[in-house]
Amino acid sequence: MEAILIDFFKIACVMGVVLFICAYIVLVERRVCAFIQDRLGPNRVGIPLWIRKDGSAITLGGKWALGQPLMDAFKSLLKEDYVPAHVNKLYFWLAPMLAMFPALVVFAVIPFGSQLGGVPMIVADVNVGILFVFAVASLGVYGIVLAGWSSNSKYPFLGGIRSSAQLISYEICLGLSVIPLFMQVESLKLTSVVAWQTNHLWLICYPWNWLPGLIYLASSFAETNRLPFDLPEAEQELAGGYNVEYGSMKFAMFFMAEYTNMIAASALMVTLFLGGWSLPFVPVTGGVVVGLAHICIFLAKLFALLFFFIWVRWTLPRFRYDQLMELGWKVFLPLALANVLIVAGVIMVGWVK
Amino acid sequence: MGPSHPCTHGVLRIVLELDGEVVVNAKPDVGFLHRGDEKIAENLTYNQFVPYTDRLDYLSPLANNVAYVLAVEKLMRLQVPPRCQYIRVICCEMARVASHLVGLGAMALDLAAMTVFLYTFTERERLLSLMEKLTGARLTNSYTRVGGVARDLPNGWIAELRKFLDAFPKMIDEVDRLLTRNPIFMNRNQGVGVLPKDVAIDFGVTGPNLRGSGVEFDLRKNHPYLCYKDFEFDVPVGTKGDCYDRYLVRMEEMRQSVRILKQACDKLPDGPVNAPDLKSVLPPKEQVLTKMEQLIHHFMIVTEGPDVPLGEVYFGAENPKGELGFYIVSKGGGVPWRMKIRSPSFCTLSALPYLLKGHMIGDIAAILGSLDFVMGECDR
Repeated sequence: MEAILIDFFKIACVMGVVLFICAYIVLVERRVCAFIQDRLGPNRVGIPLWIRKDGSAITLGGKWALGQPLMDAFKSLLKEDYVPAHVNKLYFWLAPMLAMFPALVVFAVIPFGSQLGGVPMIVADVNVGILFVFAVASLGVYGIVLAGWSSNSKYPFLGGIRSSAQLISYEICLGLSVIPLFMQVESLKLTSVVAWQTNHLWLICYPWNWLPGLIYLASSFAETNRLPFDLPEAEQELAGGYNVEYGSMKFAMFFMAEYTNMIAASALMVTLFLGGWSLPFVPVTGGVVVGLAHICIFLAKLFALLFFFIWVRWTLPRFRYDQLMELGWKVFLPLALANVLIVAGVIMVGWVK
Repeated sequence: MGPSHPCTHGVLRIVLELDGEVVVNAKPDVGFLHRGDEKIAENLTYNQFVPYTDRLDYLSPLANNVAYVLAVEKLMRLQVPPRCQYIRVICCEMARVASHLVGLGAMALDLAAMTVFLYTFTERERLLSLMEKLTGARLTNSYTRVGGVARDLPNGWIAELRKFLDAFPKMIDEVDRLLTRNPIFMNRNQGVGVLPKDVAIDFGVTGPNLRGSGVEFDLRKNHPYLCYKDFEFDVPVGTKGDCYDRYLVRMEEMRQSVRILKQACDKLPDGPVNAPDLKSVLPPKEQVLTKMEQLIHHFMIVTEGPDVPLGEVYFGAENPKGELGFYIVSKGGGVPWRMKIRSPSFCTLSALPYLLKGHMIGDIAAILGSLDFVMGECDR
């Protein structure tokens, strides 16, 4: 009974933290892009604490627009939930949920800390961890494809086609790029990947893991529909792509799904390549302080990667559809395959123990 | 696609026939912004039409003003004093830089490089502030008059312009670093929207788009007007005629404009800014208030318009978008009998079916961005 309660508590915490990061990473993105573009960015809305009699409010952190995500969420919730007449209602409703669901579920198997009071800091330590991640993450494409298809409209349709092709092809690269890691770790469990990295160096420190790291990073950009691979949306080409017909909270769901996916991809990258919650010179086992330190280390790495995602988005232009496919199939796929062989050779020679 | 779509820069509608994502047929449908400027001109005195030229290519109103009054002055065989010519050159080149900044920014934005767009617009803001100081308006400048300009340069304005000219090339270099050698940007633009020399000439494409195709034709060099002969500048020319060449030509043209502006600042002569022609140029206000004859001229010019002889004239000026030409038929008096505007954007867009065929939807954004057209001018 106690174990179940602890599990529920963990799930609630993880969901809460992920959705919190999701809301605030939007704010971070807007501030960072404003910084990159020499603008101010959001700098008005604070968190309302108290409303005075004359209607003015005492707010917290207005300079940093800390209340912006809250207000955005309110706005989305209060907007009219408009469903166009020409859509396929069932799938139209289903799509945003399908987009959001897999992105959240992925966090179940990601070790975000070592332990806290003897409780492992992972929701479910599945022994096929990485397979679970890919199985669930690949469901995310249904959300976008269904949105494009059910909208019965030209731009969403094109967006849907693009995303189905793009996500499926990059999933292959993504999967192939991490195979070498598990050959070295000899386990599919994500906790053992981190444990291996606490005993050895981080996986990214080995030269033969640089290429898969790069492929993984690029593919995760494609998987999360972020620039330079945001073709299913492609504001300037498809006027917003698959989510053109959506409004209010349903649109917000897609929006959140994109960011949750981004967080999931970064979290996975941290776990696989950057040593998870471990950091040199920080003890692997210890009391509550060490446990909390591990969680903070994980979050710090996560934010560093998220910052990288944002940075890239506001620097690079977008690929063209066929160039994207060429890059995926003709460059990344053969390289990832070759890399599996290279690492197999490395293991055979005995450079990794 | 369109008439309101993020990459059509206004109200262009393109009827597309697609095979998957590949364009089989494209037909531009223009005219959504038609206001009948040419007909309106028939009922306005020559000076009253100047504000309408602002609204042609609304990204470079100063250059339009200059092109228009030059046409009228050619019809009147009126020579403006050298200081006025220099001021007009400064206006034209400032407008060129401002317009190219929008063109470049929009092109980058169409390829989703939004940061470049904001950089170029920040720089354009500085230019617009300068224009505001000079003309009183940021966008609809209406600065020129037949036989001169509305007012002389304000005190200290040249110094501010110089300050801008010193700082500006840094920003071009920054954009250069962000885009020019960026592999994604190169992939998106090289070999896309190729407009060969002969086709460009057949469609009547002018300006940077024509030069991007490798034709060395610049009215400022080939048929010098104003005092462009006095300046040293190069005319950048592309080789292949693809989007990338058009981009490079625009980048280089901005640098050359800065060069011209610097020379103009150095050489700017003193003297009157208006032609000493009482029949067509408003006399100074203090003379109007004190002298009988000047008062009469003032009254006649304002009510009847400048005195333009019988005849017809065509004058084309090298504007940021290409050759902006005015064909004016006068039956005497202060109002044109007929006016035809040759707008470069209209000719450029006529090449769209040729350019778009066989490309993908993503390329449409790149091609439209690289053509740098303005619907206000195309539809008139």
